[in-house]
Amino acid sequence: MITLTRRLVGSRSDLAALLVLAAVLLVVMPLTLDIFRLNLVGKYLTYAFVAVGLVLCWGYGGILSLGQGIFFGLGGYCMAMFLKLEASDPVTTAIQSTPGIPDFMDWNQLTELPWFWVPFESFAFTLFAILAVPTLFAFLIGVAMFKRRVTGVYFAIITQSVAAILTILIIGQQGLTGGVNGITDLRTLLGWDIRSDGAKYLLYFLNAALLLACIVAGRYILSGKVGKLLLALKDKEDRVRFSGYDVSNFKIFVFCVAALFSAIGGAMFTLQVGFMSPSFVGIVPSIEMVIFAAVGGRVSLIGAVYGTLLVNYGKTAFSESFPELWLFLMGALFIGVVMAFPDGLAGLIRSERLRRVFGRPPLAAVTRTGALAARDPAPPAASASADAALPHAPTGTDR
Amino acid sequence: MRRHIHLRWLALAAALALAGGATAADYPTAEVNTTGLAVTDDAVTVGILHSVTGTMAISESGSVEAEKLAIKQINDMGGVLGRKIEIIQEDGASDWPTFAEKARKLLVNDKVAAVMGCWTSASRKAVLPVFEKENGMLYYPTFYEGLEQSKNVIYTGQEATQQILAGLDWVAKEKGAKTFYLIGSDYIWPRTSNKIARKHIENVLGGKVVGEEYYPLGHTNFGSLINKIKLKKPDVIYSIVVGGSNVSWYKQLKAAGITSDKWTLLTISVTEDELLGIGGENAEGFYAAMKYFQSLDNENNKKFVAAFKEMWGDDSVIGDVTQAAYLGPWLWKLAVEKAGSFDIDKIAVASNGIEFTGAPEGYVRIHDSNHHLWSKTRIGRIKKDGQFDVIYESDLVEPNPFPEGYQ
Repeated sequence: MITLTRRLVGSRSDLAALLVLAAVLLVVMPLTLDIFRLNLVGKYLTYAFVAVGLVLCWGYGGILSLGQGIFFGLGGYCMAMFLKLEASDPVTTAIQSTPGIPDFMDWNQLTELPWFWVPFESFAFTLFAILAVPTLFAFLIGVAMFKRRVTGVYFAIITQSVAAILTILIIGQQGLTGGVNGITDLRTLLGWDIRSDGAKYLLYFLNAALLLACIVAGRYILSGKVGKLLLALKDKEDRVRFSGYDVSNFKIFVFCVAALFSAIGGAMFTLQVGFMSPSFVGIVPSIEMVIFAAVGGRVSLIGAVYGTLLVNYGKTAFSESFPELWLFLMGALFIGVVMAFPDGLAGLIRSERLRRVFGRPPLAAVTRTGALAARDPAPPAASASADAALPHAPTGTDR
Repeated sequence: MRRHIHLRWLALAAALALAGGATAADYPTAEVNTTGLAVTDDAVTVGILHSVTGTMAISESGSVEAEKLAIKQINDMGGVLGRKIEIIQEDGASDWPTFAEKARKLLVNDKVAAVMGCWTSASRKAVLPVFEKENGMLYYPTFYEGLEQSKNVIYTGQEATQQILAGLDWVAKEKGAKTFYLIGSDYIWPRTSNKIARKHIENVLGGKVVGEEYYPLGHTNFGSLINKIKLKKPDVIYSIVVGGSNVSWYKQLKAAGITSDKWTLLTISVTEDELLGIGGENAEGFYAAMKYFQSLDNENNKKFVAAFKEMWGDDSVIGDVTQAAYLGPWLWKLAVEKAGSFDIDKIAVASNGIEFTGAPEGYVRIHDSNHHLWSKTRIGRIKKDGQFDVIYESDLVEPNPFPEGYQ
């Protein structure tokens, strides 16, 4: 009998890892960093939402999405629209041709608020939209793709093109979206100055708590039937389908969850950084977020957070110390991590720990938690190579 | 040789310095720095914030070089209030959020006394709230769309009306132009500029805009646009195509037979830097309206070009923005000396009305209230070697970032 607590936090070592992460985020960081650095860490942690979502849909579900920036961006834009409307009251914008609308609309000769901006004057609607818009969009993409059994590389390419399309749309419609500049100069949330140090502390803790909640929610999903099926369909989608499951529904579900997490990250990003721009929606940031997950270890929810922190810390530190060289150093870091630890940071820690405890090489990280793998007579690697040898293997829909 | 040039600079410096011979002892740190900036008894730290990586690096590196040159020259003549200028450089990485992060780092962490930086409007928009919140001072070099004015920014490039109106007046008078075709890259600067151009053409010059089109940044296929231009036969093609697109744009114009012997093209987006990529032979005879060209014939400019080439190599070209970036450290120095203080609030006020006679573009003056520069607008004709013949020079034009009747 699996109790709820057990499903939420996992095994004892998983619980320990979660507590360590919580201690690092909620105690160590705030005590050791000044507010400027802490705000930076807060910004990095918003990317970790995306990475945690990617662990679910890519690490477990085998769905590689190169377009998570879409959902991060949508969440961030919803929040930014609300904040921008609040910052554009008729008094502060009195200098404009049309006071009371956001400044960039005025520059683009708009004379009234576009219809889809109007609901964002309500905070309740904004919160709803932050969660609902990206999730609904993910649902539409998911239905359109997975019901047609589009998987693997094709899915990755399509998510990438959607990210590109959305970027072009946002940049092109600058009167409605702020264009390439994005939505800038956000000041207050319901009259509360989000740029003050006190607000930054509070937002940091809110952000960290939400992230931990997402990790626990992710654990809950993975420890149940959905999690087992995800692993199974990652390894052998056809067998799951032949067992009578409607595979696409599980994929749509996990893709939507990943989108939801990303959207929360995006909204928190806007709050902490004070603006949103299309540069978070496009292909490059989306791929970067996959890198965060890969560096952390793509089958570890907690590893994804550390991976995100490490890569972004590297980015900031290298670029501050070597402004003209830092991109090369980042490249070296990625290559180094991928070559030395193919399973990322989590893989490194997990293998060390297991080796110490059991004195033998660890099982593959996936089979450790996999359920169907135990029922499968052949280990995953062996069955994969056996499939490859079959001339009529239905590889068209495979990974 | 090097020493000789330094002596020349010292001579120039002596002429320039308002508070000549100032030493740090005359200005105790406690008095000139009441807000905790990075100012010590013998040094003051400023930030440089441009993209040295990513797509904008090619444009922004010239600004970095110009700013470093100016700072070196100021240090050679004794610094500011007897303090040497030290530089902390950060990379904006062509990424607007990174600009905001680095701006905050420079102001909050490093407490720099001023920042020379930004290039695109998007990066300026990203850092502006940071500068206003943390009360920093930004010297922004690029010609831009206007519609902005801040206590915390000195705009050393031209705002849109300065660059546009004089150029249009010239082309209407000299070429008798009546019909215009407006073309731009699709973002805020070209759109706002064309809006101003259209109003001026229709309301002041009594001309007609026969077409107005925008293409995304990085667009490379201008075939259909060129066909439309040939159909409409405008007197002037008014181009605000930006960045890499320029290469295909001018090559395709030439291939389609639109050359300067039969057509007039006026641009406000091509400097010597862009011509390196386009190739002077592909745009020969077309016109650009700028406040500065490397070929300007005056003493200040000759010294500036020589010093720039000595520091950064003989292959360097110097465009409008590079020169404007060079003004930043000088204008900051003059403001600090006028205020007798490094405090941002005092500099923001002292900057009003500051005159700088040593500018390569000639005399410039900061406006009495809006933090933009009075400057001349010039028309240059593109030569085969990628330089310009300067064929017209306006009077000093007042900066007017919120032009009435043009919005």
